[in-house]
Amino acid sequence: MSVLLIAEHDNSKLKPFTFNAITAASKIDSDVHVLIAGTSCENVSKETTNIPLVKKVLVCDSPNYQNYLPENLAPLVIKVSEKYDHIVASANTFGKNFMPRVAAALDVSQVSDIIKVNGPDTFVRPIYAGNAFATVKSNDKKRCVTIRPTSFDAAEKSGGSASIEKVEAVDIPSTSKFIKREETKSERPELGTARIVVSGGRGLESGENFKLINDIADKLNAAVGASRAAVDAGYISNDHQVGQTGKVVVPDLYIAVGISGAIQHLAGMKESKIIVAINKDGEAPIFSVADYGLEADLFKALPEFLAELNKLNTIQK
Amino acid sequence: MKILVAVKRVIDYNVQIRVKDDGSGVHTDNVKMSTNPPDDNAVEESVKLKESGKVKEIVAISIGEDKAQESIRKALAVGADKGIHVKADSYIEPLGIAKILKKIVEKEKPDMVFLGKQAIDDDCNQTGQMLAAMLNWPQATFSSKLNIKEKSLEVVREIDEGLETLEINLPAIVTCDLRLNEPRFASLPNIMKAKKKPMELLNAKDMGVDLKNRIEQLKVEEPPKRKAGIKVANVAELVSKLKNEAKVL
Repeated sequence: MSVLLIAEHDNSKLKPFTFNAITAASKIDSDVHVLIAGTSCENVSKETTNIPLVKKVLVCDSPNYQNYLPENLAPLVIKVSEKYDHIVASANTFGKNFMPRVAAALDVSQVSDIIKVNGPDTFVRPIYAGNAFATVKSNDKKRCVTIRPTSFDAAEKSGGSASIEKVEAVDIPSTSKFIKREETKSERPELGTARIVVSGGRGLESGENFKLINDIADKLNAAVGASRAAVDAGYISNDHQVGQTGKVVVPDLYIAVGISGAIQHLAGMKESKIIVAINKDGEAPIFSVADYGLEADLFKALPEFLAELNKLNTIQK
Repeated sequence: MKILVAVKRVIDYNVQIRVKDDGSGVHTDNVKMSTNPPDDNAVEESVKLKESGKVKEIVAISIGEDKAQESIRKALAVGADKGIHVKADSYIEPLGIAKILKKIVEKEKPDMVFLGKQAIDDDCNQTGQMLAAMLNWPQATFSSKLNIKEKSLEVVREIDEGLETLEINLPAIVTCDLRLNEPRFASLPNIMKAKKKPMELLNAKDMGVDLKNRIEQLKVEEPPKRKAGIKVANVAELVSKLKNEAKVL
């Protein structure tokens, strides 16, 4: 039976994690159908038809779905889900927000944040901030599953030719009103999908000092991350937080600067391929997960690091 | 206005989790337990609203074994008025928890239900949203700022892209982020006073809802360990290793 994936997009293109979620969906069942609910979202539909793993694109183009309010989106997903055994979405703030509403309405126990598909009903998911992996089997007839995008490769973007089917909008409640979204605009790569992430913690001591992190990030074409302590202290905005309740990142290179390495932070980055820790406290727990640890004062080490990087002839992009 | 605030007792956030050798779960014997951190933010926000005069009554509820009452007492000690303990001796999935909470909401008739955005043990992030669906109420998840109006709630939410502002009608569900506020500590006199506050005792199996778990936990195991790294002497060595050994630059 087919799997229904709810795409995340901004009405002009798919969000990067949707491609990872499509790969995960295809491991559950090869007949992947994608629902695009949005407003004037023709371009997103077209983009989705090109993905080879996608067999059918369902489009619901209506003002009801402009801002992805879960109160509006859930009834549509529930209607469309009738023909499907699996309803899946990314386990980010998009999927986490609406999927439990769908699951509860269908009387289904949701499987959250899976990192591996063992079979159509059996999945692996991290619990306790990733300090244990649970293999779980869902005994519901219909299954609602959210996917940790960074645990799956992104699907190929071109070469497919999925069909498009229009879906009628459903009535929406008027209990919820979107006011505004303040998105942090940045020239740098997106934190969730960047090849290199440079993160700062409380050791930076101020928001101004994040310039040291930003300079390294710009040199390496990296995204900027942060520990919860740095976000709580107001050094940097919440969308940079890496950790159990922030973002999970799996870059090729993660550079943790002035971050002690609380369990909750490690939960968001310890699957990175190479981890570098720069910290003046040689006993900091971050060193226990670091491939390369440098015990040093970051205010001295970061300018030196930038100078050394400038000496390199080439840096991979 | 009246707030129902839900709290869960979990393994303390500072405890290093140990997986049982037989793969049946994690060790909980003689392990420090405490209230799920964002649930503390939910309690704190309720108390602040009561102090500002906008809220009259706070009911704190927990579902779990007898010791769940510790989390309720903690909420009572910082300002909740009444506790409800729904006794449950075994694990109930978020779907079942939401069904119990729905029953309590129908009885208590709160204007808002506050919950933590996620429990740090099963990391499911479902209960608040499920309860909202079952009650057909609007929801604000990952809330970091609240402004209560007469019949609605203006909420700033933390989303992956930054911040989002919504206005939702009451009654409503709010799931609280860690940055919503700074939870206070209870004073000793207030801890003593909390012992005299009313606590209603119920049992999950008498609630008239289907609590059968749908998800079987087949196995719990340790995640793969990272192999130990090295310490480098200086920045030049670090860059050289990254370039020539790890080949990531």
